[in-house]
Amino acid sequence: MPRSVVHISGHIIDSLILPKILDIIISLGAEFQILDIHIGQRRADRSSARVQIDVPTEESLQQILAKVKEHGALPLDTEDEVVRFEAAPTDGIFPGDFYATTNLPTLIRLDNQWVEVEHPEMDCGIRVLPQSRRAETVPMHRVKKGDFIVIGHGGVKIVPMERHVPREPFEFMSSSISTEQPKGLMIREIADSMIRVRAAQGRILVVAGPGLVHTGAARHLIELIENDFVQVLFAGNGLAVHDIESALYGTSLGVYLDKNIRASEGHEHHLRAINAIRKVGGIRQAVKQGLLQRGIFYSCVKKGVDFVLAGSIRDDGPLPDVITDTLQAQEAMREKVRNVSFALMMATTLHAIATGNLLPATVKTVCVDINPAVVTKLCDRGTFQAVGLVTDVEPFLRELSQYLRQGDNPADARQ
Amino acid sequence: MGLLMCPPAHYGIEYEINPWMSTRRQSDPQRARSQWSDLRHILQHRLSLQVEFIDAVAEQPDMVFTANAGLVWRHKFIASNFRHEVRRGEVPHFIEWFRRRAFEIVRLPDELFFEGEGDLLACGDVWFAGYHIRSDVLAHQRVAEIINAEVLSLELTNRWFYHLDTCFCPLDAERALYYPPAFDRYGQEVLQSRIAELIPVCAAEAQRFACNAIVADNAIVLNEGCPEVRQRLQQLGFTVHETPLDEFIKAGGSAKCMVLTIT
Repeated sequence: MPRSVVHISGHIIDSLILPKILDIIISLGAEFQILDIHIGQRRADRSSARVQIDVPTEESLQQILAKVKEHGALPLDTEDEVVRFEAAPTDGIFPGDFYATTNLPTLIRLDNQWVEVEHPEMDCGIRVLPQSRRAETVPMHRVKKGDFIVIGHGGVKIVPMERHVPREPFEFMSSSISTEQPKGLMIREIADSMIRVRAAQGRILVVAGPGLVHTGAARHLIELIENDFVQVLFAGNGLAVHDIESALYGTSLGVYLDKNIRASEGHEHHLRAINAIRKVGGIRQAVKQGLLQRGIFYSCVKKGVDFVLAGSIRDDGPLPDVITDTLQAQEAMREKVRNVSFALMMATTLHAIATGNLLPATVKTVCVDINPAVVTKLCDRGTFQAVGLVTDVEPFLRELSQYLRQGDNPADARQ
Repeated sequence: MGLLMCPPAHYGIEYEINPWMSTRRQSDPQRARSQWSDLRHILQHRLSLQVEFIDAVAEQPDMVFTANAGLVWRHKFIASNFRHEVRRGEVPHFIEWFRRRAFEIVRLPDELFFEGEGDLLACGDVWFAGYHIRSDVLAHQRVAEIINAEVLSLELTNRWFYHLDTCFCPLDAERALYYPPAFDRYGQEVLQSRIAELIPVCAAEAQRFACNAIVADNAIVLNEGCPEVRQRLQQLGFTVHETPLDEFIKAGGSAKCMVLTIT
């Protein structure tokens, strides 16, 4: 089948030139595949795309090439193009002109064969292992002197998310962030997705902020953990501290959660909680010794949920489980996001964005926050697959756990 | 705001490069001169705009339409590459005029057609560019690199509205006049998504070149015989100056075509 690759660049997204060219290709009876696309960050920045066109006859190929050229698509002969790579000059430094990754599935052309890049992650380089014919993403700080790193764009293609996937519930919510959407329906779809992931033995990642404890939503998260809807939990010192404070003292930031009144000397509770856990050596030890008998982290330990606590500059204590070296924390998170197929981020900005940076675009991602800017920021930083829900986390989790409970019998859930 | 104009000393319908032109329907030189002078008078004396002039050149009848000569961007003059051979002779004269005034002259590759401000208009921070009939989409992307701005190319699909400035007129950063049938659905969608208040012009007034208006802050100058547009603009708080320009419509141009923004 005749084939050609065209290159389109400029302000092709907002001018709808790219969709127009794709429509022209389809309308002339051909098929296209976007080999790669680079989207400018600022309005003045240019975008570019390489589009492969497959047509039934050579004659129609020439006709299509002439037509799309009028709209700025110029033919490229890339079939023979192989990926180029260069040795890293020193530890932690990529060669100049290194290929910067997206979070989309990516392939490189190595010895006339397309090889899939392992562990797609945005803003990394691609390390090539020519002898084993493998390639993997590598963050800048992990590159070692002499590692072969892909340079330029030739011989690299990314697989965009499907344009015409069969309609599935999640599609309904795709790409929109709004405070005006019917939340009930969206929450039910999130529940349905989580039920499907659990049924398929997939892994669900929860990223949560301490607001979850302050608002009294912890009990719903505990229910999710107890019912095997959480396999991995990412948080900071805060969530664990206030969860443990609540388990030991019944307060969160010194306020009784059941009575909504301030405890005497309550502001010290979280410090005493930290001290108690530090004394026994960590959260797991506290559970083992019977010091910690309830709460989110108690359930995590009991159910074998993997958790990573990443520290920050404002932490009290911190708890011994908190990883205070940011690169080490990033590595621990990177390790744990592998094989995750659903991510639910709630009431946290920094941890949500940090996690978004590590997730491949194929992981369905839901971000729940009372502040719309958090959701927007997550998408703006490249986690474009994220679906946003602007709401307080307590009613969200309450409703989600209710649907998950009903979801054991799908017929009931649809009532 | 400074403008460049060229007197219609050698203006006439000597060839046919757009559907408006017919060599059998000549312009009246005296009426043309008088209409051009009236336009100049409004710009200089009623709007107090700085107007500069380039000498007309024999055998370059369309030099009066200075908007097509190129684009002025700060100290740069990006010269046009006319699609039609008959207008290419204008280019060296404009280049010379700008060179003498110490502008940096920028030429695009010969194979990329570009007809200046006729096909490139800013609305706020974003530039809109008309392509396909006269300018090439790739030329506009070159210009986008030179001026480091977002340039959204819109396909012009109606040969009677062959330049963007015949069917689109930014009024300020949020508002613009346009004639929808001059664009395909993609172009219409782009304009609708990027301009807060888009005012459609009816066919009869689009044919009177209502969109080919000169906008200077609060004042608008356009061909006479566009009552609906005039009323709408007045409602929006603009002062509208109508002036007869039908001698130039015979060549497919009107008010905006006869000025090039130079500052």
